[in-house]
Amino acid sequence: MRTVVSSLTEDEELTEILKSYSSNKVTTTKYSFLSFIPKNLFEQLHRVANIYFIFLAALNFVPVVNAFQPEISIIPILLVLTVTAVKDLWEDYRRHKSDKFINGLLSCGLFYHRKQQTYVDQRWQDVHVGDFVRLSCNEIIPADMLLLYSSDPHGVCYIETANLDGETNLKQRQVVRDLPQQVCENFHSRIECESPNNDLSRFRGYMEYPSKARVGLHNDNLLLRSCTIRNTETVIGIVVYAGHETKAMKNNSGPRYKRSKLERRLNVDVLWSVVLLVIMCLTAAIGHGLWLRNLKEASFLIPDTTSPALSGFYLFWTMIIVLQVLIPISLYVSIEIVKLCQIFFIQNDVDFYNEYMDSRIQCRALNITEDLGQIQYVFSDKTGTLTENKMVFRRCTIAGVEYPHEENGEKSKVHFSTQHNIFHQGSVSLHTLTGHSEGEEPPSPTLPQQSAFSSPLEKDIVPDPFLVQKLNSLSSPLFLLKDASMELTYIVDFFMALAICNTVVVSSPNQPRHVVSNITSPVCTGQSFSRKLRTGDSEMSRLSTGEHGSWKGEENKMLHLTLGACSGLGNSNGAQGPPGEPGADELIYEAESPDEAALVHAARAYRCTLQGRSLESLLVELPGMGSLAVRLLHILPFDSTRKRMSVVVRHPLTNQVVVYTKGADSVIMDLAESPKGAEQSDGRQGHIREQTQKHLDNYAREGLRTLCVAKKVLEEEEYEIWLKRHAFAETSIENREELLLESAQRLETNLTLLGATGIVDRLQEEVPETIEALQRAGVKVWVLTGDKQETAINIACACKLLRSTDQLLTANCGSKEACKALLLELRAEVERGEAAEGTSGFTLVVDGRTLDFALQEDLKGDFLELSRRCRAVVCCRSTPLQKSHVVKLVRDQLRVMTLAIGDGANDVSMIQVADVGIGISGQEGMQAVMSSDFAISRFKHLRKLLLVHGHWCYTRLANMILYFFYKNVMYVNLLFWYQFFCGFSGSVMTNSWVLIFFNLLFTSAPPLLYGILDKDVSADTLIKLPELYKSGQNSKAYLPSTFWLTMLDALYQSLVCFFIPYFANAGSDADMLTFGSPINASALLTILLHQVIESCTLTWLHVLVLVGSALFYFSFTLVFSVVCVTCSPPTNPLGVDKLQMSQPLFYGVCALTTVLALLPRYIHQQ
Amino acid sequence: MMAPSYNAKEEDGHQPGATGHGGAGTMTNKKPDNTAFKQQRLPAWQPILTAGTVLPAFFVIGLIFIPIGVGLFVTSNNIKEFEIDYTGVDMSSPCYNCSQSYSWNNTQSCTCSVHFSLDQPFESNVFMYYGLSNFYQNHRRYVKSRDDSQLNGDKTSLQSPSKECEPYRSSDKPIAPCGAIANSLFNDTLELYYIDPNGSRTAIPLVKKGIAWWTDKHVKFRNPSGNNNLTVVFQGTSKPVNWRKPVFELDPLDSDNNGFINEDFIVWMRTAALPTFRKLYCIIQKKPNNMTPTLPRGEYILEVTYNYPVRSFDGRKRMILSTISWMGGKNPFLGIAYITVGSVCFCLGLVLLSIHYRYGKRNNSAEISS
Repeated sequence: MRTVVSSLTEDEELTEILKSYSSNKVTTTKYSFLSFIPKNLFEQLHRVANIYFIFLAALNFVPVVNAFQPEISIIPILLVLTVTAVKDLWEDYRRHKSDKFINGLLSCGLFYHRKQQTYVDQRWQDVHVGDFVRLSCNEIIPADMLLLYSSDPHGVCYIETANLDGETNLKQRQVVRDLPQQVCENFHSRIECESPNNDLSRFRGYMEYPSKARVGLHNDNLLLRSCTIRNTETVIGIVVYAGHETKAMKNNSGPRYKRSKLERRLNVDVLWSVVLLVIMCLTAAIGHGLWLRNLKEASFLIPDTTSPALSGFYLFWTMIIVLQVLIPISLYVSIEIVKLCQIFFIQNDVDFYNEYMDSRIQCRALNITEDLGQIQYVFSDKTGTLTENKMVFRRCTIAGVEYPHEENGEKSKVHFSTQHNIFHQGSVSLHTLTGHSEGEEPPSPTLPQQSAFSSPLEKDIVPDPFLVQKLNSLSSPLFLLKDASMELTYIVDFFMALAICNTVVVSSPNQPRHVVSNITSPVCTGQSFSRKLRTGDSEMSRLSTGEHGSWKGEENKMLHLTLGACSGLGNSNGAQGPPGEPGADELIYEAESPDEAALVHAARAYRCTLQGRSLESLLVELPGMGSLAVRLLHILPFDSTRKRMSVVVRHPLTNQVVVYTKGADSVIMDLAESPKGAEQSDGRQGHIREQTQKHLDNYAREGLRTLCVAKKVLEEEEYEIWLKRHAFAETSIENREELLLESAQRLETNLTLLGATGIVDRLQEEVPETIEALQRAGVKVWVLTGDKQETAINIACACKLLRSTDQLLTANCGSKEACKALLLELRAEVERGEAAEGTSGFTLVVDGRTLDFALQEDLKGDFLELSRRCRAVVCCRSTPLQKSHVVKLVRDQLRVMTLAIGDGANDVSMIQVADVGIGISGQEGMQAVMSSDFAISRFKHLRKLLLVHGHWCYTRLANMILYFFYKNVMYVNLLFWYQFFCGFSGSVMTNSWVLIFFNLLFTSAPPLLYGILDKDVSADTLIKLPELYKSGQNSKAYLPSTFWLTMLDALYQSLVCFFIPYFANAGSDADMLTFGSPINASALLTILLHQVIESCTLTWLHVLVLVGSALFYFSFTLVFSVVCVTCSPPTNPLGVDKLQMSQPLFYGVCALTTVLALLPRYIHQQ
Repeated sequence: MMAPSYNAKEEDGHQPGATGHGGAGTMTNKKPDNTAFKQQRLPAWQPILTAGTVLPAFFVIGLIFIPIGVGLFVTSNNIKEFEIDYTGVDMSSPCYNCSQSYSWNNTQSCTCSVHFSLDQPFESNVFMYYGLSNFYQNHRRYVKSRDDSQLNGDKTSLQSPSKECEPYRSSDKPIAPCGAIANSLFNDTLELYYIDPNGSRTAIPLVKKGIAWWTDKHVKFRNPSGNNNLTVVFQGTSKPVNWRKPVFELDPLDSDNNGFINEDFIVWMRTAALPTFRKLYCIIQKKPNNMTPTLPRGEYILEVTYNYPVRSFDGRKRMILSTISWMGGKNPFLGIAYITVGSVCFCLGLVLLSIHYRYGKRNNSAEISS
């Protein structure tokens, strides 16, 4: 718990408490100016490889074992440490810059200053807990604060959380209840709230007024750091969490670190290298010992008292120093560099650019690019991933009558999603704001905003003519005809529910992002209004069971209110055309979910328009009745346990308390089971239910998302009773959520079913092609969705996951035993099918309940065995937890590489569990993106990401790693062979600088380029032939056998490179360096040309780097051999290479060696 | 043109008010550049190794290597080389006695004469080498045991040699030249006599200069400066333990070949790569005036002042006479290797060619065109 009081308090003790909280200054940097070197060094020393090399460097200072001059052996480790440190420094500097920017933001917001008794400008970093902060519209909130005042008369304020979670719809926040007007200097209340945590959706606490009265605080009162104030002139709040304790910062975990499969493989081979090194050193040590023992007294031996055995022991360590390059020191750094470059290329791929969202692919995990090339299982969410998650109202059924909306259906087929122009993402992400800016510019505090969920398709709904006809009768004089009226009441109520049962925020272009907060729309004329009102009244009264006369007075009052409001703003509204038509009064709806927006737009197409919303009332225009103000009593928001939401309103016409509920069909159908009272309508309701259910089934088969709409009329007393308990729930400090849930459930009973809607959520473009390509690539695609089985199967068919030739296996069962039996039976069926070869494959459809059983310990084996044989698996009705369980099961049990892709919060756990998590930055906020490794904007991007970039990244990296091992083994063996001719004494035939630089400089750039740019197959071919992807899945490029084959090749090449110069110089007067010179040169040429043979593409960059490396080597040795007079003892190179390079024999040896060394590889390659 | 596009944006939920507030034009397009580099479409040469490219390569290598090999082989064969072991391991060998009484500290020098005959005359300059076997001049600790600064004439190093020279760093005074390499300087003296058919001995002039590398002689090795009298310069230093005379008496007659720049010394200091090696001892220059060969056919005597002990480590000492060519000394290996590799390539080319003709069509169609 933390206690917060006003920072203006005089109380010493409380001031101390406030000071103990962290300030708003954010530092995400790891290092400070002074601590950089020690801290970075310390961190780097945590890596095993670095420790190893420092150990070697230290070993070289021990006189009995030193192999080179001590300073030379420091160079490699120094170089590696420096490169890493520079990389870290650069990253930290970027963080520092971003921090500085954020901390220094001189928000136009004003902070209350004690001395000056007024609000003054302050930097973000100077905000402290307990400060009062005043912000105006479009400003970014600097710290988590409690809303104390809003310029809005209703005490609400709207914030946009796009920076936090990417959701652009406005969220409403409320001033703390019953707050006495005592902001700032007179604020003596005490706030008790939770300790800082990362739960964005929860905030608990209470405020204790000076009068000792307590009022509960909850999430609705909290303004979160990095959100933006919208539609509210001024707000004032008191800071409760600042800086690193804000929820935004607590949620920011920084880039993800995963270890790729290839890296695990690599580590094994590094261990093999260590084994090889030890064997070589042992050989040398034993050899040296034996050699010494057989020698008696020789003039070339330095008199020594050490025994041969001890000398052998010393030599072991000397050899470890000499042969240290066998362990590729620069490999890890090189891999990091290569991966960064690979990510650079992935991010710059124009094919991943989405013009409409102006977004590229985001690579959040930096070190698993090559895993993209080895994926075997893809787990996909459905909504928003395979489909657009742009809901379009498609058809509906009202009172048991189906309205097919033929024209609408035609249209949505033609319409392509690419025509949508939805800007979803504000350009400030949580990342940039909280400091971990990776590639974006620092945010500007105010940003152009776009509304969500208002694509043209959603708006342009062509009403069903039949339904329009029926509705028109409402405004026609013939309205009073009785026969159709009962149905008509349903229709009106239905659209009413669509229009108001939501949390949609309305704004209009004329008043940007400002809620049409008052009832401002015109009423055409008083007379026509009252006429329509009367007709409506008679109609409505028939529907309700309430008493006719009791609301007369209310109506007048309301009329008065409406007209009064109208008169104030009459000028702009006079020329208003009929609502629903595009024109001057283009309303913009901002909804939390796309379904809501779709339904509001649908209602609007029937001229049942939601025109405005305030805290307490809604303005709705009904056909033929003009604008009506609906008093909003309660909103019972949607939650996933109830799967429905309700609004409680006072009906404008009947003045009754009416509950409108909309929600998942299963839930609503259950709740509408026993319609209350109304005996005469019992039969009718039953009929409606029956018909609606039939239509719902049809919709599901069509792949539509279904929602049911119901209503309930409450008696006044009934409402009063409920209200009391609800008020108690609302004000309670503990268990508020539970109590509210319970309260909502109490209300939503005995509903009258009005009808149902079918919303189409079209497939994204190229989804079938992508899925087909993935399947051809040997990737198994599983769809995990929360949708109904029928919808899921339908979508699976639509996206070609399910082919017509496939045999569909459905697993639905109610008990564990049944499940077990079913699994066995299905497996038998699959086995029969496989034997018969009749069908092309099996697709398993499992529902959530069955999945629960199947995931249990004793059945999961059976389940896996079954699903492994199926070409595709569809899990429907699955919960987020089940999704992650499925992924985990497959990943761990089958030991395969898994990829999970999803767009919503419900996919987060699955994304985190999978080896590679991909988030789709779509309609449902950024949570999936935030937890993903890669974020793309369309599902179709997956195809290129895996088939092309994945393949490339994997083969490139695998080849580069192999090449690194090859290079080191090849070179080190040259030194090893020499030991046989120098009494295993640890001598080298090369200048020690050249030796050290050989790996670090002369041959380090080409493999990097190889790892970054090589293309074994062109992008087009990879797309055209997805089968090529299988090579990566089976780790073809980097099998243990490939590794050992490469080692063998390296061994052969080193033998050639050593022994041809050896025989050419045997018995001659060549000195050590003269002997080593052609060996080095031919090794270099061999290593470089080996790469030319290995790489599949050569660009001018390759040529540049290869030729550059060779020239660098030759010029370095040449210059060194001219200028180095007494340097680098004992291997002083003076004159050696200069002389060598002037002799034809040198070139003769080099040419022969290179050709012979490369011959096997050359033959093998072709 | 601007207006329609702007409107289009507006219609799709883009709000002009907000745009104005946020400062229009700050929207940067995140679209990646469509450049060949960033899109990984750099024009590339693909070294696809097809029969069409591989076969010619094999033939070309074969055709180039075989003539080179033949050339090298012929050149190598034209080089005349004569080698004689004078270690004196056998009882019968003339130096047996000398080799038995070896010690570094012998003040008495032992001489022996080795007779040999040349079957062929040696034309042009003849190089005389001494060869040692089983002598590990490349031993790590041996190689290290020297001070290049001292040898370069550095005065400080002269007085306090590098620690690497231990235990040959100083006796009572600092040793110059210090270290094990210098200490073990080869100190046999070889003289060559031609025995005329009439029986008289003619000493063959051995030129002891010009046997070291130019850079070594003029750059790397230098006597300490300051005084032309080397005795003065090397005052305060002592001779290496195994030496019989101090460094400034290596060639007292020729000041250009004395001290550190004595060429025998320089040659020795360039440590051999392999345990069996030869080092240039002197040059027998061809006679400028007449057409007779430098070393005509016939009998010769090698007079050895036997000082250098090698028996303790089973070493061998040899004397080698050789002419040289552009490719250095006699070495048939390289020529043979070239011919072999060239032939192998050529044969491989033939084999592949036949394979290509038999299966070529099938391979080509199966290949993935990329």
